[in-house]
Order: sequence, then C-alpha cells, then structure tokens
Amino acid sequence: MQLMEGEKEEILTCVKEVLGENSKTHENLVPILQQVQKRLGYLPALAMDEIAAGLKVPAVDIYGLATFYNQFRLNPPGKHEVKVCMGTACYMTGGDITMESFERRMDINEGETSPDRHYSLERVACVGCCTLAPVAVIDDKVEGKVTPTRVDGIMLTLEEGREETGINEEESGPEEGDGNG
Amino acid sequence: MSEEITITIDDQNIKARRGEKLLWVALDNDIYIPHLCAIKEEGRPNASCRLCFVEIEGLERPVTACTRKVEEGMVVNTRSPRIDRLVKTGFDLLLSDHNLNCRQCPANRNCALQVIAKKRKLKLKRDRFKPVDRKFALDDSPAEFAFDRSRCVLCGQCVWADRVEAEVGAIGFTKRGINRVVTTFNDLPLADSICTECKLCVEACPVGALYYKEDKKA
Repeated sequence: MQLMEGEKEEILTCVKEVLGENSKTHENLVPILQQVQKRLGYLPALAMDEIAAGLKVPAVDIYGLATFYNQFRLNPPGKHEVKVCMGTACYMTGGDITMESFERRMDINEGETSPDRHYSLERVACVGCCTLAPVAVIDDKVEGKVTPTRVDGIMLTLEEGREETGINEEESGPEEGDGNG
Repeated sequence: MSEEITITIDDQNIKARRGEKLLWVALDNDIYIPHLCAIKEEGRPNASCRLCFVEIEGLERPVTACTRKVEEGMVVNTRSPRIDRLVKTGFDLLLSDHNLNCRQCPANRNCALQVIAKKRKLKLKRDRFKPVDRKFALDDSPAEFAFDRSRCVLCGQCVWADRVEAEVGAIGFTKRGINRVVTTFNDLPLADSICTECKLCVEACPVGALYYKEDKKA
C-alpha cells in the first residue's frame, strides 16, 4: 500500500509518541500495536518496522504478531468500508458468493484496500441479524439478503463521488502480501 | 546440573545428567524417537511437531520427550499403542498439507519425514485427512538456494538458525492455523529482505523446503 502525502511523517510521529508512552518490552508489544492502530486506523509496514527497531526485535516478529491476531489490520480503512458477514447463517446462505462478488467488483481481495483507498473489504463473523442472511455492512449500514445483483447496485452507489485519480490503473501489478492466504 | 543419574528407556539402563531433556538422552544412546522441531540448545522447546511422544511410568498420559527433563529412576517407553496413534495422527496431519511429490523433491532420500515414515512404518500418503494444497509462489530469489513453502513442515529449524546461529532475524512465522507460514517481513522475496544468504537455514531444513539450487550444492 502506497503511503499518501504526509503520511510517512504522521506514522513516524505516532510511533515515536506511542513508544515514548510505553516501556519498550516484549509484554507491551500488543498494547503498542493496538495504540498505533487506534491512532492510524491500521498498521502500516513503516510503523511495524519502526516499532521493531524501537523494541530491538526482528521486524518479521512484529509482522508475525500482526498477522496472527484478527484485531490488527495491515491495510488502511477505505473511504467506504465494506464488511461481509461469514457467520454460520450468512456462510450457509452464500456469504462467500457475496464476498467473491465484492472482490471481483472492487478488484481487491478480502482484507485489502483499493490503491486509491476508496474501498476496503473485510470479513466479519456475525453482525447479529442472522434472519437477514447473507448480510453485508456498508459503512455501518446493514444490507440483508445480499445477492450478486445487489452487490452491483451497492457498488453503483459507492462509485459515486469516486475521484478519477488513475491510481487504480497504474497500480494493477501484483499486490504486496496476500490477504487471506 | 551435572549430577549423573540413571534412567530406563525401553528396558535399557542409561546414564544421563540431571536437567537434560529426555529426547536428547534417548537419541544420544541410539534410541530413536521421531522429532522435527526439537533443538538441543533451546531451553524452552516449541514442542510443535507433536511427534516425540513417550510414556513415562507414573504419568497418566504420554508426554513430549523434547520438553521433559530426565529424573533419577525415570522409566520410559518409546512405543505403546497410545504413542503410535498420537505419532501417526501428528504425522498424517503434517502430510495433509505437504507437497508429497518426493521424486521431484531435492531432499528425496535425505528427508526427515521419510526417516520417520521408515522408522515407525508410517505411510507417506495423504489418505487419512483431507489433503490441503496451499498455493505458494516458489521463492528462488537468493543466488544459491530457493524456498518452496509447499514442502515446509513449520518445524522452525530455519528460524532458529536465522536468529541464533546467524543472528540475522530475516525470517519468522506469520499468520495462523492452516495459513501459518515461514516468511520475511511484509512477505518480501528473501533477496529483497534483510536476509544475508548465509545459507544456515538451508543447512537446518530437515525437508526439501529450503534447498540448494541444482548447480550450487555444497
């Protein structure tokens, strides 16, 4: 994920402050990651690298921890956050089809964010309205009984106001990392 | 630490030093116990391969030999129906996501899995658990070696070599469950990471996951 203008400085300041507020021990690693994520919205690679340097542990260990726990996200939240429910009821009624439809339409994988940060796509486990299965949550609005056709409709409204930056076309190369393994 | 004690393994009396780990005492005395993840110098073993189970008299359940310290008068059995079942299950689970194309594998005939299969008369087949074929891109970015994760058994020998022997810290475990994988920071190819290509990890790999390229054999 390419950093936006001024984001590098923001990340460096944030990590510096968080490291300053916590003692740099192994036990504090998860709280440190949580605080950084709370402030930045996600854990950029640069932040993990800086935290590793601060705690004097290999950066891959921070990366290992961040990919182990579901609570950490490595991609920034998009302008529009789409969460597809994969709870039992939604899964059984075709949540995976909903997810695939979104993946195809957004041209990103689960857990990723589009290069222009217009969309991010996530999997969640039950949003508490199983009678509406399969469910997707779009920017905190619950959509029930989602079909691939409905995904097309949702995408139409989300496309509104998307700036033609051209980033998407430029960055069609392979994404770094792998969203869901 | 160096106090000498006597223990019994498979009816053999064996001298050992207090505090030693049972697995290494047995192996040093030519008593075979299957193992993949055990590292002699590691004080707190991962015990993640679940293959080195033994029965110790007085204990209700089988225990992993790599984590157990020897004690005076300990009576150990390396084989029993319970152990064989545990080892078979652990082994079958390891194989369930293992690329079993032995003929094409650079470690063929020099593979820890093949040794375990032979010694314990286990089948190198994936017929018990649903096979999981994970798709990995071959990382052949280093000059002299390559990393094929489809053959990785996640024993951690390479990570130990990287951290403790080479003191580099380029590789480690990431993700969780069936997606667990040994990789670099941000999943970079090894050549683009901080890897120094010292090849100690290749030497440490007990299977054919990290291997020398054809013409670079040591």
